[in-house]
Amino acid sequence: MNPEHRRIAAKYLADKWRWKPLEYVFWLAALAAVWLLPSHHLILNEIMITGLFAMSLDLILGYAGIASLGHAAFFGLGAYTAGIFAIRVTGDPLLGLALAGFASAGLGFVTSFLVLRGVDLARLMVTLGVALVLGEIANQLTWLTGGADGLQGVTIAPILGKFEFDIFGRTAYVYSLIVSFLLFLIARRLVISPFGLSLRTIRDNPLRASAIGTPVDRRLIAIYTVAAAYAGIAGALLAQTTQFVSLDVIALHRSADVLLMLVIGGTGYLYGGFVGALIFKGLQDVISSWTPQYWTFWIGLILVILVLIGRDRMNLAVATGLARLRGKPAPRPRTIVGDR
Amino acid sequence: MLTILFDGIAYGMVLFVLACGLSITLGLMNFVNLAHGVFAMAGGYASAILMNRAGVPFLATLPFAFLIPAAFGLVLERTLYQRLYNRPHLDQVLFTIGLIFMSIAAVDYIMGSQPQLITLPEWLRGRVDVFGVQIGLYRSFIIVVCSVLVVALQMILTKTRFGAQLRAAVDDQRVARGLGINTSLVFAATFAFGSGLAGLGGALGAEILGLDPTFPFKFLIYFMIVVTVGGTSSLTGPFFASLLLGVADVAGKYYVPSLGAFVIYTVMIVVLVFRPHGLFVRAR
Amino acid sequence: MTRRAFIKTGAAAGFALSLIGGGALAQDTIKIGLILPMTGPFTSTGKQIAAAANLYMAQNGATVAGKKVEIILKDDTGVADVTRRIAQELIVNDKVTAIAGFGLTPLALATAPLATQAKTPMVVMAAATGIITERSPFIVRTSQVVPQIAGPFGEWVAKQGMKKVVTIVSDYGPGHDVEKWFTDRFKANGGEVVNLRVPLQNPDFSPFLQAAADFKPDALLVFVPSGVGTQFMKQFVERGLDKSGIKLIGTGDVTDDDILNTIGDVALGLVTAHHYSASHDSPENKAFVEAFKKATGGLRPNFMGVAGYDGMHALYEGLKKTNGAGGEALVNAMKGLAWTSPRGPMSIDPDTRDIIQNVYIRKVERVNGELYNMEFATIPNVKDPSKAK
Repeated sequence: MNPEHRRIAAKYLADKWRWKPLEYVFWLAALAAVWLLPSHHLILNEIMITGLFAMSLDLILGYAGIASLGHAAFFGLGAYTAGIFAIRVTGDPLLGLALAGFASAGLGFVTSFLVLRGVDLARLMVTLGVALVLGEIANQLTWLTGGADGLQGVTIAPILGKFEFDIFGRTAYVYSLIVSFLLFLIARRLVISPFGLSLRTIRDNPLRASAIGTPVDRRLIAIYTVAAAYAGIAGALLAQTTQFVSLDVIALHRSADVLLMLVIGGTGYLYGGFVGALIFKGLQDVISSWTPQYWTFWIGLILVILVLIGRDRMNLAVATGLARLRGKPAPRPRTIVGDR
Repeated sequence: MLTILFDGIAYGMVLFVLACGLSITLGLMNFVNLAHGVFAMAGGYASAILMNRAGVPFLATLPFAFLIPAAFGLVLERTLYQRLYNRPHLDQVLFTIGLIFMSIAAVDYIMGSQPQLITLPEWLRGRVDVFGVQIGLYRSFIIVVCSVLVVALQMILTKTRFGAQLRAAVDDQRVARGLGINTSLVFAATFAFGSGLAGLGGALGAEILGLDPTFPFKFLIYFMIVVTVGGTSSLTGPFFASLLLGVADVAGKYYVPSLGAFVIYTVMIVVLVFRPHGLFVRAR
Repeated sequence: MTRRAFIKTGAAAGFALSLIGGGALAQDTIKIGLILPMTGPFTSTGKQIAAAANLYMAQNGATVAGKKVEIILKDDTGVADVTRRIAQELIVNDKVTAIAGFGLTPLALATAPLATQAKTPMVVMAAATGIITERSPFIVRTSQVVPQIAGPFGEWVAKQGMKKVVTIVSDYGPGHDVEKWFTDRFKANGGEVVNLRVPLQNPDFSPFLQAAADFKPDALLVFVPSGVGTQFMKQFVERGLDKSGIKLIGTGDVTDDDILNTIGDVALGLVTAHHYSASHDSPENKAFVEAFKKATGGLRPNFMGVAGYDGMHALYEGLKKTNGAGGEALVNAMKGLAWTSPRGPMSIDPDTRDIIQNVYIRKVERVNGELYNMEFATIPNVKDPSKAK
């Protein structure tokens, strides 16, 4: 590597490291919502949790190219772990969160071996199968999970013994926001580390990646395990802030929804999950309040139009417009990572 | 015992007719059409509406159950699907899920959410006793119809000019086009045909599987299992996968009711982990 | 982060701000939050209850104790955490006086702690598992309790001289309840029972029917979600089990009035136990059925509809007593209410806040070209046996 290359590489990394203005805007807006949107904390909490969940999917889909239709398996396991832990051991939320993360990471590690091989479609179905089997187990273990009735009697102690969960969802939202933010920081660090960069190599060309000495399988196992832990923590947040767990946490529609949200928001830049969750839940909330029965039609229509116009092209149009405002050249079109 | 086998085969046959169109679109055009169930639902509803509102006998509705979804599929293919052939799979998934959402809400709006029922003619009801084995007449009817379909499909694929063009287009689209095959036309025709088959499956299966607006989602998993386990490179793969699934499902529920659901999913995972391209895929 | 990402996040922030809105408060209106599954597999429950609740308001005026009553209808898609979040939003943002609806047991259970915390009365109009009303002192139920139907039915069936029954139930809460209570009472009266369970998502019943037939029972009791019941009956007949001397019996869920006509002749002769039939012979019911059909364009009311109607009645009567006040006073006012509903006499048990009503034994017959559940025996004033002291 000659000095010139070294300089370019250093600049590339420094660019990646630096926080962009809009990133500040995003998190400050999320923080400001604590005071500015007191009547929307409940839905914001749900969006934040779903966003975190979608970000965990982004880690494997956007960065490692593993499409999953069963990511709710980890979300659900985390939720049940946190719920059962609160009932049987202690209501301390942080301990429950950590335990849920570890449990899901364990499941992620074990099942990661199933997704190493295979093409997109096979992976979709294998992950789906894992989630279905887990859902069936949760359904059968009625004594532990409450079966189809849901897990009853989850009570969560105040966070750090001080902040009690209130009915307005304020504590819940702040709690989810802080946890999400911390996890985001770690993920951000992770994806620009050499480890993260090697993942992208694998995503773009696994064969070449292994030819230059990247341990493909080990990397994929690692990121799958991390993503599972993230999803588990998101599930635990849901269980703790709603103090209830039902079979829905693990259902197919949750896996499908989160995939939709992530793809709507865009993969491969970590914010896609949050943005997608905000758009999807926001639309669902707005549309379903004026047509409670047929809102799915409009959501479907929006999806269809979105695809027909083309996600790339739309993003590009916005980006070009914005760039022109700033007097900079338009960005080059960029294929969305993770899908082929 | 034999009755269980028989029921399982009939069930698997219905699954095959429902799913084979999907296997064609997936294998031929490399298009992930999750909205396949929508066409099946269209066929089922076409049959139910004709029968219940216009008084057309069941058998006479079957051609319509094929033609209406086929026409519907043709229109959609020409206007929308066609634009997405070269898009990433994820785009196709989004698009087709959007279509499912729309169709569910639309059918609910037009027809209501209650299940639609099909009244079978007298001679298809009940069952007969053949050498001590109880055989349902309707299930035998399904097996006969589906077997004829399978043979016909295989003949079309292997013996006709269209089949040859189709196989050529599957194997190498560019070369096929170079040879003067209008692949776009072949695709459109195949898509319409696959949709029609799904519709026929929807009508035939309505009696066994039920029919309501959530149909496209409810059976999506089953379609996908058939197609992924069977592989998409031929028709025989999905065919055997359907039979396997049908028999395993029925037998699993009869002998080990509490484990019924596990059996299928576990089989699917194991197959896909060891044979990611499907169980019956040709060696390349 | 790419520039594309910037734009996205910027747009997202803007979107978040644009979500602010709504929530204007008017002190002299009484708001009732109606949370129902309006999309998804349980849409018909939602439609029936919403239509009946609106009908009640149209018939009885939108004013109670000098205040305007307003229903806020929300779709929870049948997912428990959504139900809970919507309930919470209705309580916190819309300041509703009461929440009502709740299509399925887990949805009601998820919301129960909230009712306690916020001291908001919660009227359960559909979910039927026994434990629900014990989960919060603010819950009042106007639908039915599964043991209330299944228990007496077991006793009645045993008294008809049946010795051996196979039960086939869907593998979820209410199914287990039916199985347990029917089996207990039937055995206590000298019968023998074999229990089978089918998965909730189950397209083909043939293996279970085959297994049931192998036991050669006198009767086969079925409990599956209402839409699926049709499938079950057709396959029962297709298999020729109706001719082999096995009687098909069930709770009224399988002969739901909403779909009974479309089930067709296979349902004929089916004996069920339930608390409501659209053919119930009383002036109240005739008026209700007629008005309901008129309001919905010909839809026949079912037990969900009548529960929504009665739920609104309980709320109206309670609000009259409290002069429009909510909270604990409203719950207390609803306790012990008794009236003649379209389903027959009913009351709210002051101790358990659960429903006390007649259970009818009915048989499916063709009347004036349509199929109806014709009531032929009555078990009067049944309390929920699972809460009997």
